[in-house]
Amino acid sequence: MIDLKDIRREFVVGDETVIALRDVDLQIGSGEYLSIMGPSGSGKSTLLNVIGLLDRPDSGEYLLEGESVTTLSDKRQAALRRHKIGFVFQFFHLIPRLSAAENIELPMILAGMDGARRKTRVTEALSAFGLSDRARHRPDQLSGGQRQRVAIARATIMEPHILLADEPTGNLDRHSGQDVVDILEDLNHHGITLIVVTHDPDLGLRAGRRITMVDGAVATDTGTAQSPPAGP
Amino acid sequence: MKLIDIIRFAGKAATGYPTRTVLMLLAMAIGVGSVVVLSALGEGARRYVIGEFSALGTNLLIVLPGRSETVGGAPPLLGITPRDLTIADAMALRTSSAIRYIAPISVGAAPVSRAGRERETTILGSTADLYPLRQLEMAAGRFLPPGDPERGEAICVLGHTLKEELFGSAPALGETLRIGDYRYRIIGVLSEKGQSVGLDMSDIVVVPVASAQALFNNPALFRVMIEARDRDAIERARKAVVRIIKERHDGEDDITVITQDAVLATFDRIFAALTLTVAGIAAISLAVAGILIMNVMLIAVSQRTSEVGLLKALGTPGRRIVTLFLAESAILSLIGAALGLVIAALAIWVMSLIFPQFPIAAPLWSLAAAVGVALFTGLVFGVLPARRAARLDPVLSLSRR
Repeated sequence: MIDLKDIRREFVVGDETVIALRDVDLQIGSGEYLSIMGPSGSGKSTLLNVIGLLDRPDSGEYLLEGESVTTLSDKRQAALRRHKIGFVFQFFHLIPRLSAAENIELPMILAGMDGARRKTRVTEALSAFGLSDRARHRPDQLSGGQRQRVAIARATIMEPHILLADEPTGNLDRHSGQDVVDILEDLNHHGITLIVVTHDPDLGLRAGRRITMVDGAVATDTGTAQSPPAGP
Repeated sequence: MKLIDIIRFAGKAATGYPTRTVLMLLAMAIGVGSVVVLSALGEGARRYVIGEFSALGTNLLIVLPGRSETVGGAPPLLGITPRDLTIADAMALRTSSAIRYIAPISVGAAPVSRAGRERETTILGSTADLYPLRQLEMAAGRFLPPGDPERGEAICVLGHTLKEELFGSAPALGETLRIGDYRYRIIGVLSEKGQSVGLDMSDIVVVPVASAQALFNNPALFRVMIEARDRDAIERARKAVVRIIKERHDGEDDITVITQDAVLATFDRIFAALTLTVAGIAAISLAVAGILIMNVMLIAVSQRTSEVGLLKALGTPGRRIVTLFLAESAILSLIGAALGLVIAALAIWVMSLIFPQFPIAAPLWSLAAAVGVALFTGLVFGVLPARRAARLDPVLSLSRR
């Protein structure tokens, strides 16, 4: 499903070139639960951004569901992000002036879906994530756990195949963090490919397949063999 | 993304930051308001002047002795003084069918006295035709009777103010008045019509033109006023006047004919140019408003960096992000322009209460132009911030809170 070949990404910081990804080769199958761990600056977030089409590699090839996406135009990449990829961030990134329901609705608005369909889907999502009584609340009136649930609802409302989570529990207390992990794993059980970048070993060790990165390269990979069977 | 959703999203973004939105609307409103108010003042001045000219009479031609144009060629050996315009010249114009009224005019100043009170006053010599031509009205008595203009009867008509000064509230009709060395019988008093272009009709004495000539001992006319039959006849009347006078003056083309239309058209052009200039100056404030919009939108973009990053992560292409930010500045400009029109309407209303005689009114084109320029500046100055937003790197914008 995700096939990275010799992906290289360099940044110029001052007059020094930092290699964030050093010719990374990685295959991720559909429905996998993958965690990426490693120290700061090891390139794990860059890898996630390349997979999520937010960042372009300097060299190498990226096949998404068999299609080469490395050289696609901004517009085509945006369309792929819209329909195939969902993002969950450490800082939630909810739009402060919009209510919980409006934040969840946003991807469908951007995709040009008609109003009636949006309303039913938002209502379904709100109840699925236990947010029905919080629909009209703005982000600053929600707890951290509720905000991240709104963010996950927004990331999955377009029914993407891949869910990318960058430190999803990094800003949450233990209890709401556990809550969020349960939701993400539940989505994975229902078939979504889940990729989690984290510092937290407790979270990282839960994944079926675990990758550690050091200095822009994959250091260890437990391999797909240990991944739990996809789907229920 | 649907248009209605773009508008709703941009509208929400605008109302999400009330302070900067209010500031931006204020700048735009002041810009649009000043364009409309200033052009309304210009338009008012134009209407005022044209109204004054129309009070002079309609379809008017004025014949002056002498040519006002300079024609090239060798200077004449003997100085040529223009031939005088005479009453006979004026009366000869009657043959033209394009002309309705002819009023030869002779003007001078003379002491007017009655029962010991004396006053230097403008004496206007003319004929019965002056009455309909200048659209005069009588307060009492009658105007000069029609008859042979060469015959100078000793009768006169007083202006309103002059009558008050010489007679107070006592009746003046039938009384006699001394002008220079002659005695005149008062046959009428003009009503209060006030001033029209330079000559205060309430502070004069009107006498038959031949009497005025005798009084001033000058057979030359000051000018001849002519009313054409209708608007279309003005040009024919002008040609007839030039032809007839030329015949009578031995083929010498020595008069100037001014048509009211030409004068009006000149004033019209002058005031239209003036209005445009003033509106143009006011448009500078619109440009300033545009720069403010750009500034505020740039701040909005840097405030909403992570929002832009999120929109990109959610699958919004750069072009769409440009559209969203442009829609925001367009909405703000339009609302600002609408507020500006309201402010302008209020200002014009207040001014029309303070100066009721001044015909102030905003011309339609200025409304359209102000709103159009507002929208245009909003969009033009919105492009730079919108493009900056579209070029933001999503990875960087999302890495911060």
